[in-house]
Amino acid sequence: MNIVVCIKQVPDTTEIKINPETGTLIRDGVPSIMNPDDKGGLEMALMLKDTCNAHVTVITMGPPQAESILREAFAMGVDRAILLTDRRFAGADTLATSHALAGALRTLDFDLIITGRQAIDGDTAQVGPQMAEHLQLPQISYVAGLTCNDSNLLTVKKETEEGYQILEVELPCLLTVLATANKARYMSVQGIMESFDKEMEIWDADKIEVDKEKLGLKGSPTRVKKSFTKAQKGAGEVFEVDAEEAVGIIISKLKEKFIIK
Amino acid sequence: MDFSLTKQEELFLQMIREFAEKEVKPLAAAVDEDERFPLETVKKMSKIGLLGIPVPKACGGQGGTNQIYSMAVEELSRVCGTTGVIMSAHTSLCMAPILENGTEEQKQKYLPNLASGNWIGAFGLTEPNAGTDAGMQQTTAVDAGDKWLLNGSKIFITNAGYAHVYIVMAMTDKSLGTKGISAFIIEKGMPGFSIGKKEKKMGIRGSSTCELIFENCEVPKENLLGKEGKGFAIAMKTLDGGRIGIAAQALGIAQGAIDETVKYTKERKQFGKPVASFQNTQFQMADLETKVQAARLLVRSAAYKKDHNLPYSADAAMAKLFAAETAMEVTIKAVQFHGGYGYTREYAVERMMRDAKITEIYEGTSEVQRMVIAGKLFR
Repeated sequence: MNIVVCIKQVPDTTEIKINPETGTLIRDGVPSIMNPDDKGGLEMALMLKDTCNAHVTVITMGPPQAESILREAFAMGVDRAILLTDRRFAGADTLATSHALAGALRTLDFDLIITGRQAIDGDTAQVGPQMAEHLQLPQISYVAGLTCNDSNLLTVKKETEEGYQILEVELPCLLTVLATANKARYMSVQGIMESFDKEMEIWDADKIEVDKEKLGLKGSPTRVKKSFTKAQKGAGEVFEVDAEEAVGIIISKLKEKFIIK
Repeated sequence: MDFSLTKQEELFLQMIREFAEKEVKPLAAAVDEDERFPLETVKKMSKIGLLGIPVPKACGGQGGTNQIYSMAVEELSRVCGTTGVIMSAHTSLCMAPILENGTEEQKQKYLPNLASGNWIGAFGLTEPNAGTDAGMQQTTAVDAGDKWLLNGSKIFITNAGYAHVYIVMAMTDKSLGTKGISAFIIEKGMPGFSIGKKEKKMGIRGSSTCELIFENCEVPKENLLGKEGKGFAIAMKTLDGGRIGIAAQALGIAQGAIDETVKYTKERKQFGKPVASFQNTQFQMADLETKVQAARLLVRSAAYKKDHNLPYSADAAMAKLFAAETAMEVTIKAVQFHGGYGYTREYAVERMMRDAKITEIYEGTSEVQRMVIAGKLFR
């Protein structure tokens, strides 16, 4: 089985502070990390490598410094790594990004594409599903687990707001995976020692199969009108009571705020 | 001269810091309190190759450097001194002498199992009457034709009980003094070999420190390590390397105490201001941070020399001496900065202060390090 995992380098948002005067993010000195949902997806692929002998390729689109997450992926055990980097990709929104990645995937031999659910810097959760649409593949999002039944069929556990759905899907398909799906492995010492000796492929826009008009800023319909800091919510009140009493409390609170009469 | 980290070292630090923070730190207080050997952590360390870093791949190791190994000991010790010494004794005191002195058969028999973490390693030199004066060995090994027979005991042996392989020194010819000492590879379960009482210690309480007892212990002939009579030289060279590990442990403990103190003094308010805002705090902490960084450079320099096959004996002694004394000073002051809270087990600095003390004592006391350094100076 050939698996391609799409990963992204993101600022570690747990380390980001907000400038209280301007309301903007202070990115200076903030470390860059592999996006947590992507890491969950990568671990899922590596587990299939361990159990079903899958071949795992990682691909990322980003500036040259995104190399570091590909080296990390090598040290975790992937077989192949591709960096999509080109000024023509710059300024891409989710649509242009998904076109670029889909363009790269058209040139690769794959049975399964795995992406993270969403990136912690944008939280859109759009790139994976858009890629599936471009490539006309079945997709399952919010994946919390999977088992490989035979060479062509996966049983997938999808997280929903109410609980889980168990779905079967035929390959080829695309899954978007949650960071909580597993506990990603650590890089091994030997993996680290060897990761810089491995060949990392660097691809530009000419190397992929895509309409170049759909790339970068000109392929990006999204425009940021305004950005602002979300107002802090209060801590709220917690009532530890049984359901019947809770209903009464909720109704009286809603009446208090004139939401219901 | 290049002080920057290599790309591998940077990536390794990223991994080991996350590992230490997520897997080791949460257990550190309980491991200390319960005097419990953290076997589950050792298993996790094995899985990612941390127990075989500076061993070549041909011997089943990870093909890493001593620099990366010392960084690992530092980062683990930063959150848990116990975990740091388990790794250091296993790597520097057991695998290193086999790697440096073993026959091809011995290397292939022992190193893959040790480097993969299937087996833990230990080292036995110290005896009740042979501490700093290590030449006063009473344990004997007698040639009994097809085997060696060992009699005597060793004390204060790190990893004892949990280790499968022990490098043990014994007198094969008392008339020759230190030149009559030989080194042996002893395996758990050899007839006549047993583990004695476990020490109750001030610090590094999760590490297992016990007595080794040999009563007509039968050791196969092929388990002599190096040549007969070379045991003392092997032990001294092993300790030279071990000092880099202990220096890294001390450095890690010191850095851990700095981390905790910075965090605490920024949060703790007295007289309406964070304690960190007082000049006394800032100046004292600046001095301590400077010493920790100086210790780090000594450790890095000694590891660099070992990696490049340069003489490093005095460098390792200086690194251990300075890092250990820095760890003691930093941890004592860290407790002081924490005030009454620092004297309780609610805060990690109390444990760090107890853990720091041993680094001035084992694998050569600070006095021994001064002897080694002066020995080179007045040669």
